[in-house]
Amino acid sequence: MTEPLLSLEHLTKTFPVTSAGLFRRRTDRVHAVDDVSLEVMPGETLGLVGETGCGKSTLARCITRLHDVDDGRIVFAGEDITHHSRVRMRGVRRDVQMVFQDPYGSLNPRRRVGSIIGDPFVIHDVGTPAERKRSVQELMERVGLNPEHYNRFPAEFSGGQRQRIGVARALALRPRLMICDEPVSALDVSIQAQVLNLLLDLQDEFGLTYVFISHDLSVVRHVSDRIAVMYLGKVVEVAPSAELFTQPRHPYTRALLSALPVADPDVSDSRRRIVLAGDLPTPTNPPAGCRFHTRCPRAREDCASTVPPVEPVLGDRPEHRTACLHPLGDGEDLAADRPAVGDSEITATEEELSA
Amino acid sequence: MALLEVRDLHVEFDTPDGVVHAVRGLSFDVERGSTLAVVGESGSGKSVATQTITGLTRGARVTGSAVFDGTELLGASEETLRAVRGARIGMIFQDPLSSLHPYYTVGWQVAEMIRAHDRTVTRAMARERAAELLSLVGIPRARRRVDDYPHQFSGGMRQRVMIAMAVALDPALLIADEPTTALDVTVQAQVLEVMQQLQDRFGTAIVLITHDLGVVAEMADEVVVMYAGRAMEVAPRRELFYHPHHPYSEGLLRSLPSRGEPGSRLVPVPGAPPSLLDPPQGCPFRPRCPHAFADCHDQPPLRPVGGSPDHLSACWLPPSRGTTTGEVPAPAARELQEAP
Repeated sequence: MTEPLLSLEHLTKTFPVTSAGLFRRRTDRVHAVDDVSLEVMPGETLGLVGETGCGKSTLARCITRLHDVDDGRIVFAGEDITHHSRVRMRGVRRDVQMVFQDPYGSLNPRRRVGSIIGDPFVIHDVGTPAERKRSVQELMERVGLNPEHYNRFPAEFSGGQRQRIGVARALALRPRLMICDEPVSALDVSIQAQVLNLLLDLQDEFGLTYVFISHDLSVVRHVSDRIAVMYLGKVVEVAPSAELFTQPRHPYTRALLSALPVADPDVSDSRRRIVLAGDLPTPTNPPAGCRFHTRCPRAREDCASTVPPVEPVLGDRPEHRTACLHPLGDGEDLAADRPAVGDSEITATEEELSA
Repeated sequence: MALLEVRDLHVEFDTPDGVVHAVRGLSFDVERGSTLAVVGESGSGKSVATQTITGLTRGARVTGSAVFDGTELLGASEETLRAVRGARIGMIFQDPLSSLHPYYTVGWQVAEMIRAHDRTVTRAMARERAAELLSLVGIPRARRRVDDYPHQFSGGMRQRVMIAMAVALDPALLIADEPTTALDVTVQAQVLEVMQQLQDRFGTAIVLITHDLGVVAEMADEVVVMYAGRAMEVAPRRELFYHPHHPYSEGLLRSLPSRGEPGSRLVPVPGAPPSLLDPPQGCPFRPRCPHAFADCHDQPPLRPVGGSPDHLSACWLPPSRGTTTGEVPAPAARELQEAP
């Protein structure tokens, strides 16, 4: 059996929240990532989905050690990098690169594109200046940019082209693992497809491993071999892509799938949309037990007190793991739960939120 | 007669770089009680067009006509517009936080909306009505929450407040400009649900501006596909999704990840949209179009295609195209349905 390229073991990351008062007291901690264990096999794409505040971006930043973790272990290629110093991380960073969401904010507007893409060579002291320039131009060509635009500024490129610049920079040192944090979310749909194709091509060509983060389930499904669904800092379900879509076990996964608008009138007319009541609870004070129980149509008494382990349920194979005490059986669906207009007694969740 | 009839709308802005031709000859109708989706990518002119109709584009050169329920809105006095805006045409925008005043309670803001159009309503009556409206859009314990400030609401709840305000005076038309783009998908589902229920109950017509074809498929009756300031295709929802005529509509549908087999290469539209400072002669999609030929240097008019008078396309390709060849299979999308 092959070893995972990356494994995360019981990773936890919290942030202090300081009150805005006169004496900036430390009041609380946001549990951004709480006891997350995942592994990524070489050459595969692990999709990470979830809504705002579920901790998917924080998790990405923990993997690349842009954040220090509070607890748990990060093992990359057999090496525990959890507490590596900056100097020791440098070697790892050649192998682990990141592509960011915002192609406007992640490129320095005052620097020329050639030198932005060439930065990794300078930082890691690779090649002579002439060799670097040649490598940069090869990279530009590879990601579909005109190498003659070497001396242009980021502002002269469109959003899609800027994202290609970001990809070229990440690719420069031939990393093994690429963390893509919402890489196509800022792009229009016709351009988004171009960038997704590029990422798939590069994966084939260089044997890259991706952790692909997005809030867009249809994009994640398209690129991922396996998908992990996060809710309020926890992984609620992880499964091979196709299985997650056809046989979701966790009620949250099911609700998320049903809320996704499908660009096919026949499907959207015939299917039932499960509208979850309420909003996400605040991560500073997440619900006890299963964090989803306050919005879950299937919640029972034990859900409020017991934290469900992430494990295979109902005879699933080991690669399909679910954190739910009352998972959906084969072919079972969530009960219809449509809060009607004018029905003000939705749930208690929102009251907690407003408090 | 349609509720809103827009004819040959042109909107231009002077900028330091030159004249931006944001909307170039747009025509469409909105029928009473129906939903028209205006779909297009960034810079296609979809927001500018609707903002111009409600008089919100200052400093723009505007020509054409937009008749709402018998009243010409383009060039109308500020007084006329103010009477129409809010009362007869409600509006919701993408970012509910910047559309709400942070210093006033949401109840006060909804009440003010009512009182601004009818001073005979007392404060107490308006407040009472505000609470009713907030409850109508599904805000729990609305009667207590009227005294809360916008920051005390989540994104989805704020958008509900915006909807409450927009429908406060029972408008005939609701213009929703990317109303769910800033929201998470489960919250988006809630907000779309509220809009649909309000339409069912009060017969409000909706103009829904969006870039999300999934939202279009769920909400629209009719669809206008915009590109570079023009309508490329106007069609009933099913016609557009199953028999697109214009190569741009087809390209948009094909580039959706849900249309391809997972892991396969998508079919992107090559190139990038043109600059509106200097839009290309003729069909604006010509430089990216796989079917472009000599005739495309002349701008094609919107004309009936596919044998239906409601289906219009601005393309020189034969009108029968799309009924036979344009179908795009959607394997992945269909699998979603298989989930229990």
